[in-house]
Amino acid sequence: MSTFSDQESHESSATLWRDGRPVYDRGGTVCVIGAGASGLTAIKNLKEYGFGADCYERETGVGGAWNWRHDRSPVYASTHLISSKPLTEYPDFPMPDNWPDYPHHSQLLSYLEQYADHFDLRPHIWFGTEVVRVEPADGDRWDVTTRSTGGYGAERTSRYAAVVVANGHNWSPKLPAYEGLDEFRGQVIHASAYKDATQLRGKRVLVVGAGNTGCDIAVEAGQQAARCWHSTRRGYWYAPKYAFGRPADQVGDAAGAYRLPLRVRQWMFHQMLKLTVGDLTRFGLPRPDHKVFETHPIVNSHLVHSIGHGSITPVPDVARFRRNSVTLVDGQEVEPDLVVLATGYLPRFEFLAPEVLGIDTSGRPALYLNAFPRRHPTLAVAGLLQPDSGLFPIVHWQTVAIARWLRLRENAPDRARAFTARVDAEAGTRWHSAKVKESTRHWFEIGHIDYLRALQRTLDELEVPA
Amino acid sequence: MKTRVVRVTDWTSPVPPVYREVRAATPEAPEGKPPLLFVPGFGHGAWVFAEHWLEHAASRAFPAHAVSLRGHGGSGPAPKATLRAYAHDVVQVAASLPRQAVLVGHGAGALVVAHALARYPARAGVLVAPVFGGWGTLGAALRRNPVGTLPAVFGGALRLNHRQLFSRELPDAAARDYASRLGRASSRAQWQLLRHRAPEPAVGNPPLLVLGSPDDRVVPPAALTRAAGRYGAAPLLFPGMGHDMMLDARWREPIDAILDWLDKDL
Repeated sequence: MSTFSDQESHESSATLWRDGRPVYDRGGTVCVIGAGASGLTAIKNLKEYGFGADCYERETGVGGAWNWRHDRSPVYASTHLISSKPLTEYPDFPMPDNWPDYPHHSQLLSYLEQYADHFDLRPHIWFGTEVVRVEPADGDRWDVTTRSTGGYGAERTSRYAAVVVANGHNWSPKLPAYEGLDEFRGQVIHASAYKDATQLRGKRVLVVGAGNTGCDIAVEAGQQAARCWHSTRRGYWYAPKYAFGRPADQVGDAAGAYRLPLRVRQWMFHQMLKLTVGDLTRFGLPRPDHKVFETHPIVNSHLVHSIGHGSITPVPDVARFRRNSVTLVDGQEVEPDLVVLATGYLPRFEFLAPEVLGIDTSGRPALYLNAFPRRHPTLAVAGLLQPDSGLFPIVHWQTVAIARWLRLRENAPDRARAFTARVDAEAGTRWHSAKVKESTRHWFEIGHIDYLRALQRTLDELEVPA
Repeated sequence: MKTRVVRVTDWTSPVPPVYREVRAATPEAPEGKPPLLFVPGFGHGAWVFAEHWLEHAASRAFPAHAVSLRGHGGSGPAPKATLRAYAHDVVQVAASLPRQAVLVGHGAGALVVAHALARYPARAGVLVAPVFGGWGTLGAALRRNPVGTLPAVFGGALRLNHRQLFSRELPDAAARDYASRLGRASSRAQWQLLRHRAPEPAVGNPPLLVLGSPDDRVVPPAALTRAAGRYGAAPLLFPGMGHDMMLDARWREPIDAILDWLDKDL
């Protein structure tokens, strides 16, 4: 919580104006948008590098997506991690030893709360405050306009030395436009509105989408619903949570670290899946039309098991909706009471003019390392990544790089110029050795080892002279 | 040396969990001072700090904790523990405290703390009579106490005697009693004391303090100066004290120096 004296110092410093409105000068302070996993580590690392930080959080608690109390949280009662603890925890703040390999979302929230308290981050956070606009100001500074969440109260504009955008990318549902969806008489919800299995009990359910969420919901529908169809666009690789008695991502990384060529690693992974999961076409699933690592990994040991129990019926993509039924692309008709669209989320930056991040018509920003935009050296995005591991270790190092960059700009302008040139040249580069299948989020899919190696070079380059 | 971010060993072979003994003394009126975490050296358990230093730190309003490294004191057995596992124990306890902790390592525990500082952004680091290992340390130990040291060369226990650890000011009975309560580190960790990778740089740029005694019979003065030099500082010296400064007769002087430094610097 911000103290009253903080607010007073805010008030007293309004000496700037923009469009006839007062602007409160926050000096060298950096603004962080969002107090989820990315925003929290941004505040902590900025503090470590000696920056002041003001964080705006639209909700009343920390944890962002992992806080199930939040309106925009995508978690449901049974959400567990899909990457194991060592690949998920912040590299300088381990999860407790007595937690399981794949903790529950409530444990993740308590972990983030403990992180915020341990590093004393809460005094930096303005809760219940949403960011309305972020506009460039003179001297590479930024005017950030905020108001109380929900639009109550007056807007207020503060000027910052830099802005770190950490608003998350799993809160704005992506809803495909299906023909006939309007006339369908059954219930249609997006997975973001799915909270627990009571919503499925006794119903005939069609789950659309084979992301990790879609698979989780299909498994729960398999146990709770009267009938469950699971519709997928193509065949996928379903990795198990455990292989050879160890978390599968740990087994995979043990091989991934040897800098083996992609083809060799894909061959090894295919062999591992053949041994542990087996031939999926036996279960009536289509053969994958791509190699592993070419789509976001799906980690679910229960799905294939449930198909084997007959509690999930795999079906192909949806062709169109009708009044009482759904037609699939193979001509089959199913009659669900409830359709759950687990069709993912889209990143959104509604407080920024699209040209600031270089956003193209498909909604994709042009960023170096998915963090640094061209021409705006004091703006950075944290956590806009879909790694094949946990996000926290990666966003930790990403925010360390942001903090080092902001320091280097002040202390060694000539070295900073070299980095600016690289941002210009390489914005938009993708960090995945495999050719990822086209989708609305494929551009921020990263291979965590590829990405971290690139980040290591940047961190070394940005090392702040003592 | 630079901070590495691709940490395959940490990801793919996590340190196995073990029961850890933590002793603590909390101040009556908390004043918001950072918690201290004391890390004992090889053979020592959390009890060596529970004798005097924990209560004394608490009386000066510092929440004070001490952990027994795995295989030591009241912690679970770990005959194959490595330096990495010991550092993991320290980071686990530090991260469980409500606020960013100050890590205080004694003897080989200072080396464990140096490794832990690369995995946890401590509020500050304090190295007391640090044993950073190497062949010189072995030479000194062999000269002072060949009978207790030689077996360790072949994987046996390192047995330190009371004359190595304490000054003559500590009554003989107390010294012998303390020495008899010592355990041992794992053979692998003992070996790693001789040959190990230099610790990665500390994360979060914490302030560091090194202290020791010119009359320490485990850490030769040159080794103490060298250890302090790694962190760009000269050691704070307490002449006349033995290696186990937290148990020796004048235990109050070094802990007061540490707490004064923390009060002034943080």
